[in-house]
Amino acid sequence: MKRGLSAPLRKWMAHVSVCEKCSYENSFPIDGGNYDNAGQVSGKIKTILKDMGIGNNVVRMVAVITYESEINIVSYARQGMIRLHVLPEHIEIEAVDEGPGISDIHLAMQQGWSTATDKIREMGFGAGMGLNNIRNFSDIFHISSDVGSGTRLKMIIHIQQEQNC
Amino acid sequence: MLLREVQKILDAEVLVGAEKLDMEVHTAFGADLMSDVLAFADSGCLLLTGLTNPQVIRTADVLDIAAIILVRGKKPPPETLRAAADKNIPVLSTKYILFESAGRLYEKGIVGSAQKVDGPRVRL
Repeated sequence: MKRGLSAPLRKWMAHVSVCEKCSYENSFPIDGGNYDNAGQVSGKIKTILKDMGIGNNVVRMVAVITYESEINIVSYARQGMIRLHVLPEHIEIEAVDEGPGISDIHLAMQQGWSTATDKIREMGFGAGMGLNNIRNFSDIFHISSDVGSGTRLKMIIHIQQEQNC
Repeated sequence: MLLREVQKILDAEVLVGAEKLDMEVHTAFGADLMSDVLAFADSGCLLLTGLTNPQVIRTADVLDIAAIILVRGKKPPPETLRAAADKNIPVLSTKYILFESAGRLYEKGIVGSAQKVDGPRVRL
């Protein structure tokens, strides 16, 4: 820290330098149909957040959201990606895919409704719980879909102040 | 309770993680539906399940689950064992059915990771 700066300015600069460590942005591609790799992206994201010192509860929420999103992309889409954007006060997650899309989102959000194949059910998923889990672990949840084009989820998770920086 | 005692109570075979049997465990969750495990199981608990594919390990890893007990005598495929060794998650196999396994552990002091579902997900 340079000499001659006022105390409030020094404090502000210290705050800014700490919070730069709390910011992160990256996109992770996911192949549709590649069940062997399902879970790798959410595993990476979990490690990144833990290494950043994000609190366990927030890490768990993001891990569940990204894992269910990843399972959905692998199960239903040709390809997709999860974008992670960590900011000092919240985490934004986008799960975007190129695939068949969802014709009736209201129906898809109902617990127990699913178009899962036997392969998906064998993995312990496909019981019509995934989108519900994603919504329930998000502070803000938005879904949009175009039939024949793909589906886009956007989730925001607030970081409690004591867990931040 | 130590994982070693869990192994004795369930007369279980240790498939992965023989070096981690001195780990302390207090709670457990049982299900075959991984979405329910994600929604309701807690970190540090035992997962009792009849599902044996690698997604069980990945689900356990997402939640930092302590160890996996495969019930009904299930033996997992090699890729599941490799994933477990990779993630350092112990896997035990017992011939007891899920209900019997849960009852025997409960009798000795292991409790549910939650007693009742209170809302659509575990309260953090």
